[in-house]
Amino acid sequence: MNLVLHVWRQASPTVKGGFVRYEAKDISDHASFLEMLDIVNEQLTENGEEPIAFEHDCREGICGSCGLVINGVPHGPQHGAATCQLHMRHYKDGDQIWIEPWRAKAFPVVKDLVVDRGALDRIIQVGGYISARTGAVPDANATLIRKEHAELAMDAASCIGCGACVAACPNASAMLFVAAKVSHLGLLPQGQPERRDRVLNLVAQMDSEGFGSCTNHAECEASCPKQISIDFIARLNRDLFVASLAQTPERMVAGAG
Amino acid sequence: MRRVLSLYRSSVGKKILMAVTGVVFVLFVFAHMFGNLKAFYGPEKFNHYAEFLRDVGAPAFGHGQLLWLFRVVLLFAVVIHALAAFQLWRMSAVARPVPYARGLQPEESTYASRTMRWGGVILLAFVVYHLLHFTTGTAHPDFVPGAAYENLVIGFQSIPVVIAYLVAMGALCLHLYHGVWSGLQTLGVNHQRYNRYRRPLAVLVAGIVFIGFVSVPVAIAAGIIV
Amino acid sequence: MELDSKVPSGPIQEKWDKRKFELKLVNPANKRKYTVIVVGSGLAGASAAASLGELGYIVKCFCYQDSARRAHSIAAQGGINAAKNYQNDGDSIWRLFYDTVKGGDYRSREANVYRLAQVSNNIIDQCVAQGVPFAREYGGLLANRSFGGAQVSRTFYARGQTGQQLLVGAYHALAKEVGNGTVQMFPRTEMLDLVLVDGQARGIVVRDMVTGKVSSHAAHAVVLATGGYSNVYFFSTNAKGCNTTAIWRAHRRGAVFANPCFTQIHPTCIPRAGEYQSKLTLMSESLRNDGRIWVPKEQGENRPAAQIPDAERDYYLERLYPSFGNLTPRDIASRRAKEAVDDGRGVGLLKNGVYLDFRDAIQRLGKSVIEERYGNLFEMYERITGENPYAVPMRIYPAPHYTMGGLWVDYDLQSTIPGLFVIGEANFSDHGANRLGASALMQGLADGYFVLPYTISDYLARVGPTKTDPTHAAFGAVEREVGERVKKLLAVNGKLTVDTIHRDLGQVMWDACGMARSRGALEKGLEAIPEIRERFWREVRVPGRGEDFNQSLEKAGRLADFLELGELMCRDALHREESSGGHFREEFQTPEGEAKRDDERFAFVSAWEFTGVGSAPKLHQEPLSFENVPLSQRSYK
Repeated sequence: MNLVLHVWRQASPTVKGGFVRYEAKDISDHASFLEMLDIVNEQLTENGEEPIAFEHDCREGICGSCGLVINGVPHGPQHGAATCQLHMRHYKDGDQIWIEPWRAKAFPVVKDLVVDRGALDRIIQVGGYISARTGAVPDANATLIRKEHAELAMDAASCIGCGACVAACPNASAMLFVAAKVSHLGLLPQGQPERRDRVLNLVAQMDSEGFGSCTNHAECEASCPKQISIDFIARLNRDLFVASLAQTPERMVAGAG
Repeated sequence: MRRVLSLYRSSVGKKILMAVTGVVFVLFVFAHMFGNLKAFYGPEKFNHYAEFLRDVGAPAFGHGQLLWLFRVVLLFAVVIHALAAFQLWRMSAVARPVPYARGLQPEESTYASRTMRWGGVILLAFVVYHLLHFTTGTAHPDFVPGAAYENLVIGFQSIPVVIAYLVAMGALCLHLYHGVWSGLQTLGVNHQRYNRYRRPLAVLVAGIVFIGFVSVPVAIAAGIIV
Repeated sequence: MELDSKVPSGPIQEKWDKRKFELKLVNPANKRKYTVIVVGSGLAGASAAASLGELGYIVKCFCYQDSARRAHSIAAQGGINAAKNYQNDGDSIWRLFYDTVKGGDYRSREANVYRLAQVSNNIIDQCVAQGVPFAREYGGLLANRSFGGAQVSRTFYARGQTGQQLLVGAYHALAKEVGNGTVQMFPRTEMLDLVLVDGQARGIVVRDMVTGKVSSHAAHAVVLATGGYSNVYFFSTNAKGCNTTAIWRAHRRGAVFANPCFTQIHPTCIPRAGEYQSKLTLMSESLRNDGRIWVPKEQGENRPAAQIPDAERDYYLERLYPSFGNLTPRDIASRRAKEAVDDGRGVGLLKNGVYLDFRDAIQRLGKSVIEERYGNLFEMYERITGENPYAVPMRIYPAPHYTMGGLWVDYDLQSTIPGLFVIGEANFSDHGANRLGASALMQGLADGYFVLPYTISDYLARVGPTKTDPTHAAFGAVEREVGERVKKLLAVNGKLTVDTIHRDLGQVMWDACGMARSRGALEKGLEAIPEIRERFWREVRVPGRGEDFNQSLEKAGRLADFLELGELMCRDALHREESSGGHFREEFQTPEGEAKRDDERFAFVSAWEFTGVGSAPKLHQEPLSFENVPLSQRSYK
């Protein structure tokens, strides 16, 4: 099939970007979306032009590197899959495709379709973990965990940190990402000692990174390649409510944002 | 207080306060609607009810005192709800400096969820008009203080006024349709087994409120209530 | 050069304890005077960086991805082994040790493998404490499964995303230390060379992948945790960014490279669909539990699978290996699939796969059972191929997946360069000639959490907290070399794209040093690779600038190193005149076509020393002795 692409090109974070039209010719149905871009890039290189920069690594939907907004939908039209898992059989000859980066103040563009998602790392660094020092731990079976809770924690833990939730949110909110982390750890007995501090710190960091605020549109859930439920956002809200009212003054220092 | 303030500082906390004040509004709206429906029982019952509102709480409270207390609470709730909404809207407005070329394709969001902010502004404007219309009488051509039933019936004999109220109630209905569900989500009222009832509950609340409120002006305009 | 493995004396069960006691310690108050560089943030790198940070060292951790959480450990599906014996089925440290040595076809170092089995249990404890949501039974205990043909259920798993969950655990530990200020993280920063001062590893030269700035980082020790080199084949299941540059640069600086030809080809990957394809996708091996592998008996068969009657199908694994059937080990299943395809009996449009058929399993168990067991995998398969595996059989073909070879390390995981430690897939140590399923995650975390943090202290204590100095002349010299190499890549300005040349190299490597190797093919490969390398430096086109985010430049630099590594792999394969594990030499097989080891001549580790590009590397040998697991021929008949 032949396609017309409108691709966001931006040389660096500080210069203004814009759409450039490209033609992708003779694309196989079986090619993946990123392979289609590879083909365009090979042609650009051969023509002496700079190829389109886009992020990718594992190309099997687990590393969370890739992420394009395709015709206004993060990760494209296929639900429950990352951009790298999208194949061209979802398109037909003559389609026009608009390709943009994640757009959010907290995700500044690095180049073309590549953005800096360091904000998500910084959120984890303020407490999105369980402090289990290497070696200082009990036997793995010492704590029994209800299967139901382990499964639910796993649902939340399946987040790949791609940032599609932010890209899809009309408010550019990172609530689903933060909620998934808070829930993953908060559902497990090991995560209880730090549970309240964790939710306060993560939300404070999220706010300070410049994400927008959640208005419960549920667009994040629709775009999430791991289909993480917004039920976790409700859980985060509840945890924050309890933690805010229960916190002791010393702890507020860490929690203040 | 310090804890509430710290709650207010965070974006999630603001939402929680919006949800809490939202609950206050929903309760108020239901009580208000209950009063309105007395219009179907004739002037005596209706005016009696209006008077009761001023006497309620006696003897602990003097004439109109408890009503004023309610008004203060409501006003306070309105201020928090609107201020938090405004601040969160600002936060989101700057969170995406470069918009998507052709907008985001809505997948899960609803017309109601996307119009919460403007719907809120419309409702705020409506509340002001409504107070001027039926409470102070400023915006009512034939207002007689104390004659609640007569003011009501005369007020709704004007078709443009009825249309304005219909539009406002439509906005309220949409606001509640997303707001009730969203409020439950924000307050963390979720449980795998009962989550599926949250949306129907929102539909129920929005539907009852719309029908309940619209019935009176429509009945007056149609000549059923005279 | 003398290869001293530094394996402690004494009974194998006591070696690690003995070594731990012998190791010199760094005074707690002095730890913050030492800087350690960790390159890579996968299971090995992240766990090592976090553990070293907890101990109080100043740690700098580098990765080429935009976040530490994206390293390719994340893609491991199956699980992680440990000798917990939670299932009461007779597992033990000794059994895990035994299975791993035997599975590695007797080409690994016994002492290292025993230690791996010992610490395997600590790993599970550690991961659970970090919040890794392993699968559980209804009683709340951890669940296990049998994996990769093991006779005991010792594999812990988190759905089909065990690698992801373990990596997220290690990433959390790393994030905690970054938050505490003990670890400084450098994402989007690629190590381009190693710096030696007075023969000791003292730092690295890196390129900031956003700005293109080349700079030096000095330290008291350098730890490489940069994974494997399967991407030398272009088509592999590795992430697109996985590369050999860090270990290859270290090799060029003097670290010897061990067993480079020991690569693992995974049998259940989705075959290529066309020329444009960029990589291969692995599907969990667990599919072989219920799927039956077959090809048509006749060559050139063009009927759809459903129309081929049973009598005309060749269920070749069941035919050749009646007792193991479709569950034969990875290397055998892979090789037999290649034979069938080479014989012209391949299936699919390109005739490049074999069927993995669930028809009988669906009939026997019902569709819902199959869906419950493999639903996600079936979905993934359909997403990629557009075919519904409930209705038509899957097509599979082997693909490069893991490299057992890597930089040579001693028992302390130190390479032949003092102060350079190598952990995880990047070293050669534990898997011999073939890695068992669910053992890669175990090794990465064992090295990072429980081995390196001990052994590195011995080295640090010996060198002392001397001042590190990134302005030392040695750094300037390496920085200049790196800068010149970048300029040289950009200056070629030929006509061929990096990927075009990489595909050529991949094809040569696959033909010469893939699933089946022979003297003729390897010699041909050894002729072809230098030609491709020359063509690369004459005709490659790298657009853009060096002082910029430039993905073509990154790829070109990595390919330049693969072009040197490929040659070494072929040399090693040619030299090793035996078949063992993943290394199958056609000349050395039993009459039934099984791998034939030659323990008389090749019971050693081949460790190659770099002598220059295009010049023959120098071979060193570390003899292997098997005192605890008697040498025997693997048999899966």
